[in-house]
Amino acid sequence: MKLTVWTYEGPPHVGAMRVATAMKGLHFVLHAPQGDTYADLLFTMIERRDHRPPVTYTTFQARDLGSDTASLFKDAAQSAMTHFDPEAMIVGASCTAELIQDDPGGLAETMGIDIPVIPLELPSYSRKENFGADETFYQIVKSLSVAQAKTERITCNILGPTALGFRHRDDVEELIGLLSECGIDVNVVAPLNATPSDIACIPAAHFNVLLYPETGEAAARWLERTHDQPYTKTVPIGVGATRDFLAEVAQITGRDITPDESRLRLPWWSKSVDSTYLTGKRVFIFGDGTHVAAHARIARDEMGFEVVGIGCFNREQARNIRALAKEYGVEALITEDYLEVEQTIEALAPEMILGTQMERHIGKRLGIPCAVISAPVHVQDFPARYSPQVGFEGANVIFDTLVHPLVMGLEEHLLTMFREDFEFHDDAGASHHGGKAVERSETEIEEAVASSDNVVWLKDAERELKKIPFFVRGKARRNTESFAAERGLSEISIDTLYEAKAHFAR
Amino acid sequence: MNDLSPPTGGGCRNTPILKERGQREVFCGLTGIIWLHRKMQDAFFLVVGSRTCAHLLQSAAGVMIFAEPRFGTAILEETDLAGMVDAHAELDREVARLLERRPDIRQLFLVGSCPSEVIKLDLATAAERLTKVYAPNVRVLNFSGSGIETTFTQGEDACLASMVPVLPESNERQLLVAGALPDVVEDQMMGLFEQLGIGPVKLLPARNIDNNTTVGPNTVYALTQPFLGDTAAALDRRGARQIAAPFPFGEEGTTAWLAAIAEEFGVDRDLFDQVTAAPRARARKAIAQAAENLNGKSVFFMPDSQLEVPLARFLTRECDMTAVEVGSPYIHDTIHGPDLELIPAGPTISEGQDVDKQLDRVRNARPDLTVCGLGLANPLEAEGLSTKWAIELVFTPVHFYEQAGDLAGLFSRPLRRKSKLSLEAAE
Repeated sequence: MKLTVWTYEGPPHVGAMRVATAMKGLHFVLHAPQGDTYADLLFTMIERRDHRPPVTYTTFQARDLGSDTASLFKDAAQSAMTHFDPEAMIVGASCTAELIQDDPGGLAETMGIDIPVIPLELPSYSRKENFGADETFYQIVKSLSVAQAKTERITCNILGPTALGFRHRDDVEELIGLLSECGIDVNVVAPLNATPSDIACIPAAHFNVLLYPETGEAAARWLERTHDQPYTKTVPIGVGATRDFLAEVAQITGRDITPDESRLRLPWWSKSVDSTYLTGKRVFIFGDGTHVAAHARIARDEMGFEVVGIGCFNREQARNIRALAKEYGVEALITEDYLEVEQTIEALAPEMILGTQMERHIGKRLGIPCAVISAPVHVQDFPARYSPQVGFEGANVIFDTLVHPLVMGLEEHLLTMFREDFEFHDDAGASHHGGKAVERSETEIEEAVASSDNVVWLKDAERELKKIPFFVRGKARRNTESFAAERGLSEISIDTLYEAKAHFAR
Repeated sequence: MNDLSPPTGGGCRNTPILKERGQREVFCGLTGIIWLHRKMQDAFFLVVGSRTCAHLLQSAAGVMIFAEPRFGTAILEETDLAGMVDAHAELDREVARLLERRPDIRQLFLVGSCPSEVIKLDLATAAERLTKVYAPNVRVLNFSGSGIETTFTQGEDACLASMVPVLPESNERQLLVAGALPDVVEDQMMGLFEQLGIGPVKLLPARNIDNNTTVGPNTVYALTQPFLGDTAAALDRRGARQIAAPFPFGEEGTTAWLAAIAEEFGVDRDLFDQVTAAPRARARKAIAQAAENLNGKSVFFMPDSQLEVPLARFLTRECDMTAVEVGSPYIHDTIHGPDLELIPAGPTISEGQDVDKQLDRVRNARPDLTVCGLGLANPLEAEGLSTKWAIELVFTPVHFYEQAGDLAGLFSRPLRRKSKLSLEAAE
């Protein structure tokens, strides 16, 4: 048993729902107790879908337990057939149904249904949502794809986008545009918006673009083995990654690819003088493995940040993230416990967090700016406006997203210059938040403040510390205290403060 | 004492109930934890379940999860299921860690889920054992919020029912009011009782464990929520007696509810009129304003919380709506009867659900307003139907006089919004 308040991922059957809901003409019959239908609202509310997910639940109750649940499953499958008339069906069990050991696949087989019925194994007590999506998509591809001749023109499939995916909708659009500019047509995008008959056509493409390894890798590997389709290894998020991705495509297809970069604005924005203040901003990056890896590269190479820590919650990507951490000279944090993430962030004291919904809240609590770069996300990260992560427009979107939470150069300069100003001091609150400026109170700091390391701040030093702008004050305090502790000092004076500042200068 | 007259042409109490079985699009009882933990300030709710349970709580709790909530899930792992570890030892360890981290907790609820019920993990025994370990600082109780046994608000019922056997005994003549109400609503209710000279009044649940809620043979009790069947039965077993009444929604419902209690306590009619006259007038005025665009409209209730019957009574009688179908997960005559009696005959009264069939009935009837869950609301809106999502009715203060206008407002807002939005191109 493990005590949990927040989970980064849902159970595997939610992953299966993400695939089913992404597709059209496919129906999912899920053996599950009453109440598991809560998952519908992830799709109808967070993603704002205008139809119910194509899922029929058996919703068994206590009185049904015993032999009755098997017939309940059959009735549900039958009524789904007549009500929705799908091209193909997937069947599986949620965590409770896994315990009562009805076999949905076997039961469906005995019913003589005349469409393909694909049984799913979803081990709810050892695996999670992303596994569920990956496995479901793989089983669907394996069951429905048909060996066939390759298309005359060079085409590819885009594998991995699902329902409830972070920016999947716009990433697909951006990627199709990018490939089309390079003269490559898209054969099938799957599972998002694909029908079972589309899945059948997947082997006609020359190669696959594996857009999200978390949800498409098993299928991509199988297609490579079985239908001789190589798949791309670089996820085109960020300028460098997009260029590498296109080079990979050029190599796979043997074509000369020269992308049109006229819309790409990140490099100039990042070079312009107002971005100088971004240099060496210390960032901590957490999320799913794919987005973390992409954003680490963007942060270091394209924004000029210093990456002070990276990590992911999905164990499937642990190996990649550990290797990457080594390359960046930082510790990798592989955990699904948000309290552990919070502790790490507190210890590292970054100036910015790139993370998920949870890190956004951790950032709020610790007073650290945060940008959301990965699922799980809330309703505001399924925006109405076009906001891809992928490709050149994706890079533009990411630049804006990463910079907005930070105090920009000129603003930072002004804040520092006027930090003693009577109406522009840091307790006044931001004017655009509708708060009324509070005049600085001139109360004396009465007591020397004891720090966690038993180092005492002298009054003058404490006062000097208060003059440092609030968004770097925490770091200054910690640096000074560790500087003092290392030297065995029991008191911090103004001199100690500035010696520490000099010591940590970069 | 009240001028509640049954509708001409009869009410719905004797209408045959359409009982359906099939797919049910409802929450499980675990959801009750979301509002119960806000009410009981010294309680922690520890669900013993799967990742699905934790995921449900987080989906239902939204952003609240970051305010150091007093609930969590002990997630069962493979080793727990395979009998490779002693599940009770595991549970004891997690509880110890939890109580060490949260020394402010005085009541701990071990909440059963579908997985823990199916593997027959004996949480009742665990609760007894842990009570002994942590007495007198912490009291440990157990109830089930599993989907196989409970629907949505029934989780509160199971929780309150688990508390009844351990309430101290009292022979005092007293009123006990059962049902978790928002603090502001509870205060209004207590104010009215005080003015009517009714007391002492005890609350279940109380805001914390030290509040002296007692029960005994001279206790009479009233329910503020229609989903408290098991709690009522548990109170009956302690010798308490229920005061039957419609539920306190709207001006009429509140008056009828108060009147039934006032009668029990022999309150003078003049005093009753004097105390209730002003708030009744206020409530009527507020309803009239808020319900203007509800008059003459039709409403369809999908089953969700068991609040459907009393709310249908409020909307049909006080907002002049017509009910097409009133669906409820469960209907108990002793609890829902007084409200059913007052709903003008006509609507289908349904218990249980086969969601696809019920949706077909909604599409056929094309009601002006459909009250339903969040999994159905947007899809129905996309079909051009107006909806009111039901879960809000459980979280928002809606009981008694001062909230009567707000209650009507919750239903009229979606219709007002629909008439305001004009997104089509101009002619």
